[in-house]
Amino acid sequence: MSQDPAQSGPGPAASPGSLGPEAHVMVGNADKFINWCRRSSLWYLLFATACCGIELMQAGASRYDLDRFGAVFRATPRQSDLMIVAGTITHKMASRVIRLYEQMPEPKYVISMGSCANTGGPFYKDSYCVVKGVDLLIPVDVYVPGCPPRPEALIDGIIKLQKIIDQKKNFAAKA
Amino acid sequence: MEPKEIFEKVTEKFGGKAVELQGEGFRPAFVVVSPESVREIALFLRDDPAMKFDSLMCLSGVDYKDRFAVTYHLHSLSVGHQIGVKAYLPREAPSLPSVDMVWPAANFQEREAFDLYGIVFEGSWDLRRILLPEDWEGHPLRKDYKYPEFYNGIKV
Repeated sequence: MSQDPAQSGPGPAASPGSLGPEAHVMVGNADKFINWCRRSSLWYLLFATACCGIELMQAGASRYDLDRFGAVFRATPRQSDLMIVAGTITHKMASRVIRLYEQMPEPKYVISMGSCANTGGPFYKDSYCVVKGVDLLIPVDVYVPGCPPRPEALIDGIIKLQKIIDQKKNFAAKA
Repeated sequence: MEPKEIFEKVTEKFGGKAVELQGEGFRPAFVVVSPESVREIALFLRDDPAMKFDSLMCLSGVDYKDRFAVTYHLHSLSVGHQIGVKAYLPREAPSLPSVDMVWPAANFQEREAFDLYGIVFEGSWDLRRILLPEDWEGHPLRKDYKYPEFYNGIKV
């Protein structure tokens, strides 16, 4: 709630202890404010390992424009909040995925994009080299199905993640 | 130049090292050679003025269950003809000379054949695994390969 300076009228400053006539005060829930900040600036790591990366690029480009949800791409994990795992993860890549995830600062979120990252997809059966789901390596918040998912599906996944972030309790006592 | 002529030229020069011509049903036709003479025949095919096979299009490993083979698909950009060269290898400890000093493009493809079939190319200047991790055990495209249950603690 903001206090309209016009209401307090012109004149000398109010007595010490109270807020001055120029003050704008907003009273609210700190959890809500923090969650609003976090969900409105989901900077995602460019992590495209397969054809889902093409759809990820489309989602970031002008037609679908992920920017309007506050999601912009970053080329380094150290500036990222969100890891969109877009593509097949092989066993050779697995250690790099974990390394990149660990380099991201807290709080961090993961979207598993596409069938390969969800379950191994077309490589689920009879593949010696593909990890059968990125959730074997790192915790995943949202799974986006599709092979590959269209940009609308990815945007839906990001909105779902924003709803998850809205539910977070930052000041609740840790059990 | 027709495959038959190429085969005759190779037998003329190398005698019994060129074993047979697989012409019927093969495209391109394959000259089957003994594995230990692959490099000298490759040099001849590249440098002979009538052959001039200056491009190695593809080098593959093959598993026939009872034996392995390495095939070379050659193309001549200046003359415009093609030929295949094939060498059969025994199942145990398959190895043959490397041709990466003849066609440098052979190196990556030899590494792939080594990685997935375990075929050793002697004299290669850099024979390492190319696709799989360095500490991977076995060669997955062999017909008798058994999948490991775990790799680095992750279920395969």
